[in-house]
Amino acid sequence: MPVPDTEATAWIRARAPQWQSLAAAAATASQRPRATVDEALSTLGTYRVMTQHLASARELLPGSFLTVALENACASLHAAINRAPRLTGARWLTLLRDDIPMAAASVRVLALWIAALLVASAFAGWWLISTYPELVTLIANPRMIDGVERGHLWTYQVLDIAPPAVLSAQIFSNNVVVTLGAFCMGLLFGLGALYMISLNGLMLGGLLAFTHQHGLALGLVKFTLAHGPVELSVMCLAAAAGTALGEAVIRPVLASRVQSLRRRAAELGPLLLACALLLLGSGLIEGFLSPRATVSIPVRLGVGLGYWTLMLLWLSGRLIPRAHRVTPAAHTSTLDSREASVGRGAGRGGGPAASVP
Amino acid sequence: MAEEELIVKGLTGVDISLRIAGPGTRSYAFVTDWLLRTLLALGLLLAGALLRLVLALRTHRAPGNGVMIAAGIVAIAIYVLYHPVVEVAMRGRTPGLRKAGARIVTVEGATPGTGALLIRNLFRLIDSLPVCYMVGLACCLFTKQRVRLGDMVAGTVLVVEESDPVRSLGRLSAQMQRSALSLEALQLIHDLLERWPSLEDAGRRQLARALLAKLDPGFDPRRDDAANGPALKARLEALLAGPGH
Repeated sequence: MPVPDTEATAWIRARAPQWQSLAAAAATASQRPRATVDEALSTLGTYRVMTQHLASARELLPGSFLTVALENACASLHAAINRAPRLTGARWLTLLRDDIPMAAASVRVLALWIAALLVASAFAGWWLISTYPELVTLIANPRMIDGVERGHLWTYQVLDIAPPAVLSAQIFSNNVVVTLGAFCMGLLFGLGALYMISLNGLMLGGLLAFTHQHGLALGLVKFTLAHGPVELSVMCLAAAAGTALGEAVIRPVLASRVQSLRRRAAELGPLLLACALLLLGSGLIEGFLSPRATVSIPVRLGVGLGYWTLMLLWLSGRLIPRAHRVTPAAHTSTLDSREASVGRGAGRGGGPAASVP
Repeated sequence: MAEEELIVKGLTGVDISLRIAGPGTRSYAFVTDWLLRTLLALGLLLAGALLRLVLALRTHRAPGNGVMIAAGIVAIAIYVLYHPVVEVAMRGRTPGLRKAGARIVTVEGATPGTGALLIRNLFRLIDSLPVCYMVGLACCLFTKQRVRLGDMVAGTVLVVEESDPVRSLGRLSAQMQRSALSLEALQLIHDLLERWPSLEDAGRRQLARALLAKLDPGFDPRRDDAANGPALKARLEALLAGPGH
């Protein structure tokens, strides 16, 4: 039944002063970077009153400018209330110590399969170039081919072109794009990630075969010893994460494929951060250490294996120690102790301590 | 069929509706941001070149490439990292989105977290393929919530937002308190002022005069017949604001 204009006008005029104060409170709440418990409760109170008025306005004045204004204000306050906390030091610690190893563990088996695919592709590339040497033009540019045929590896001449810092930045950005590309391409039912790994494996094996034909394979291996282990592992990890993303689309675990995809992407997000950080390190090694012909093989091997071990320790959750490690058997008691500490915290804050069963 | 609104569950059980922004708003915001980050990056390169020139003039010898390399790296970083950094810092907004009157929210209507915003930006790698965001644009045209792939994966939606909705409610409440006009009359003035920029000058002047003749006792249609557009608009705004403003 349509509401008479006079009644609606009276309803609005009665609430207009309250809306003004609610709007002021909501504006303060939206701009506040942090809030105390009292401020948060007061904001929730404002939200409650505003949504009540919105429900009434929708009934009394559907489509009016005031209903639209209330709707917009409620939406803005809703977004302000429902926001994730900022990344504090504690959150970073949790991310680096717990979330990243957890994400890595969830793709461990896939990563091993991807690594196997990389190795198989590398063998295929080796066989291909060994059998049909003319195909090297598909994986290397004419300058590289010319240099190798004259007995020079392109890897040790890069420092003549750019200083190490610039080289590191270039290598890092290139590797990040390839790695993130491998992850994103996983969206194509995982096939994109598999394609990228196969292609990189083919190129790696093909280049090794090509340099081997000209007696330079050892030089190439020497060049990659320091940065290669982590770089290739990170690529496998990112591709595994991409494949897991594709799997979430093919075999959804939630009600819809999109929901399933979202959850998997959120779980795997921290792993990409780890990949980027690890690539930063290997970019620095590749820019500063790898091109220097004077660095001996044992040093390169030490750096490569050391960095790789560091990566494994981090991704397995052993690098950053916890104050109290959670084991499946101790899980229940840990939860109990957390509840108890919440109760003690409440008690210290002046309120009654929560009872812990 | 694309949806016009995103309905989210409010905390009190009252649903909240948000208007979904279309590909036009999205493109407008992107182009604005693109211009801004390009200008910033070019400005930085120019500053680097100027600094190099000043150094050359002061030392009377050709300076090294260090300044230009550093400026170049920072310029590239600004260009590439503009979206992730600005969206995280401004909690789902960018200057371009603000100008287009839109913001990013989660599918629950909440302010998106850092992780969601970073994932959303990561998938620009795919959305921008093969050129000019064609994959992203195609997704926007054919998905219900008009989202690109990055939004789909991150669980975010671009919604239309008034520049300052909370203040706008406060202003309207104040007008309601002060004005003696009926709600219907206020609604008419409000609608006309809202559509003012999109109406033709002759049409809007005619509408304004008709409204003022009915609602403003001080308005004389014969005397004020020659009043121009801005004067009529100011009169309508004064009427909406109520006496004393």
